[in-house]
Amino acid sequence: MNNKLTYTISLYSENTIGLLNRISSILLKRHINIENFSTSPSEIPNIFRFVIVVEMTEEKIKKVIQQLEKQIDVIKAFYHTDEEIIFQETALYKVKSSSLFEERHIQNIIKKSQANIVTVSPEFFVIEMTGFREETEKLRYKLAPYGLMQFVRSGRISVSKAPMDVSDILNSFNKIKN
Amino acid sequence: MNFKMKEVKNKTIKISGAEAVIHCLLEEGANLIYGYPGGAIMPIYDELFKFSDKLTHILTRHEQGATHAAQGYARTSGKVGVAIATSGPGATNLVTGITDAQIDSTPMVCITGQVSSHLLGSDAFQETDIIGISTPVTKWNYQITKASEIPEILSKAFYIARSGRPGPVLIDITKDAQFEKFKFSYSKCKGIRSYIPIPEINNKQINDAAEIINKAKKPFVVYGQGIILGEAENELIAFIEKSGIPSAWTILGLSAMPTDHYLNVGMVGMHGNYGPNVLTNQCDVLIAIGMRFDDRVTGDLSTYAKQAKIIHLEIDPAEINKNVKANYPILGNCKESLKALTEKIIKNDHSNWKAKFDELMKIEYETVIKEDTIPTKNGLTMGEVIVAINKFTKGDAVIVSDVGQHQMIACRYAKFVKSKSNITSGGLGTMGFALPAAIGAKMGAPEREVIAIIGDGGYQMTIQELGTIFQTGIAVKIVVLNNDYLGMVRQWQQLFFDKRYASTEMTNPDFVTIAKGYNIQARRVKERKDLDVAVKEMILSNKPQFLEVCVEKEANVFPMIPSGASVSEIRLK
Repeated sequence: MNNKLTYTISLYSENTIGLLNRISSILLKRHINIENFSTSPSEIPNIFRFVIVVEMTEEKIKKVIQQLEKQIDVIKAFYHTDEEIIFQETALYKVKSSSLFEERHIQNIIKKSQANIVTVSPEFFVIEMTGFREETEKLRYKLAPYGLMQFVRSGRISVSKAPMDVSDILNSFNKIKN
Repeated sequence: MNFKMKEVKNKTIKISGAEAVIHCLLEEGANLIYGYPGGAIMPIYDELFKFSDKLTHILTRHEQGATHAAQGYARTSGKVGVAIATSGPGATNLVTGITDAQIDSTPMVCITGQVSSHLLGSDAFQETDIIGISTPVTKWNYQITKASEIPEILSKAFYIARSGRPGPVLIDITKDAQFEKFKFSYSKCKGIRSYIPIPEINNKQINDAAEIINKAKKPFVVYGQGIILGEAENELIAFIEKSGIPSAWTILGLSAMPTDHYLNVGMVGMHGNYGPNVLTNQCDVLIAIGMRFDDRVTGDLSTYAKQAKIIHLEIDPAEINKNVKANYPILGNCKESLKALTEKIIKNDHSNWKAKFDELMKIEYETVIKEDTIPTKNGLTMGEVIVAINKFTKGDAVIVSDVGQHQMIACRYAKFVKSKSNITSGGLGTMGFALPAAIGAKMGAPEREVIAIIGDGGYQMTIQELGTIFQTGIAVKIVVLNNDYLGMVRQWQQLFFDKRYASTEMTNPDFVTIAKGYNIQARRVKERKDLDVAVKEMILSNKPQFLEVCVEKEANVFPMIPSGASVSEIRLK
């Protein structure tokens, strides 16, 4: 209970201006760093989903979830350990085109790591790789000697193994309303 | 003036966003608002001028005063308080009051003007990101940039402010949206799909808690402001009288039950009573009702009521297990949950256990209360002033206290017979709260006597609101307990900082002259023999009155739980 763990928060909300500020202020007030963050539409029309990765104790994450759910525009928030979710991150690597043609080794690296070449131009080419943090990191180290012009990695996206009953909550509201 | 009301309702004409704001306020029953004009809110003020027969606007002398007045109004009337201000500094001056309302769960809607939408982000004159600034301290906030949004957003604002656990909402309206014309229609907000204001009561939780209460040998109730906000005063008394459980108030729970009720055992917390604090760590079941285990109530959490099973009746799920683990949480409005719980418990008597509270009260009386209230020394005490007030109000007055020693003394010794009578800044501890809050409190309960009890420090933080009292003639009674010190900080310096009185001594002005400058009848009491007459005359008057009482300079408030200590380590001296 008192060990710090990596938790993935999945938060379903209305799509409103300023909600991100509200969410981050809850974390800020408690001196919590956001390790990783992404937002996108969810499986439910007009409902947005935030995925936020934080490190803390289970005792603390429970309280954070309560505070998040308390916000008017938040429908429901969940927290999961890494074992309870399927998660991925996507990384992009921009490398000089010359190295692709001059260094035969680089093609092997790309093949072995199951990365894809997204685009090739006379000046540079871009590799995309989706996977766990360690995998995209490993590729970064391997490519570094050849001169990485740019590197970027997305926030974590995740789906939970267990169901998240957000549709039920919205349906029950509609029933009361009608 | 019946200003186009019919045409507006029939939607045959277009009206401006500014006029729409007025119609929304009237639809929500907000016919009394507090505020201060300025550039970006001028279209709304222009409408306030036209609608002055339907909606009263009280001009405070500072926007902070408007928020505290709105809070005072909300807390005596049970309605939503409204404060209105311009953009930039007008908006930022609201922040202290909004924060106070957030932590003390006061229903309030603040409306701020904003620069025109095409200027947003240009660092225009008096532009500030008040949405960003107010986000952590509001229950909800929203920026309106189109007039057509006004009805829906304002109805949501009032719904959110008053429903569930109440709180402050800020609505920022750009100047172009105030000018823009549209066809107005209004319907009250009845629900928001992402917001459950009152959790449903779970019968299992009620049954489990009832079983524990029925078996308890030494049960203890601590009730908070949830009782007052939920209007569950009768349900609380029914529960307590049937169960026979000794009950203590938190500072914001005070007045929910008559102070002299035979099962009321005093106040919990840092300067609360001896018995309820010590016995918190001896009870076998602690029933917390509509309270949130603030650190000033619990002291050191690791030694707080560890022996007891905790039953927590609470409307806000985020409060469950936040500070103290609840073995038996009961979610819901305590008006309903208490009623359900009362039905399930057996009629009981705990007079042996209650006698323990009485024993400790005797000790506290001999060591603290007696000298506080019937002093033998020459210097006037804050306690005897409160006792004098009790004598003439018979507990029927609304007492608005500021923050500091006088607040603790007022909350310890003031008598109350009615609910919604103790108005104070509990959570935030905002010095300067009382004077403007008293103005609002009196307007929220005009038939009641309203007495503000303020220290010389806090008084000078919002002293300009004497101007509001002067202009409106609101019959607020102001008592300044003057010890020429920031007394509570000085007390801590004496006890914990080897009497190094850093910046706590005050060279004060002639408060009586200042009050007289505002045409407020004023007098100063320096000697005990003059106190009763001065208090009596103040209360008998139906005009605003100012009374300065020069009290003992270096008196301390006891009992006291030192910061970080356990409730049972409460010190009597």
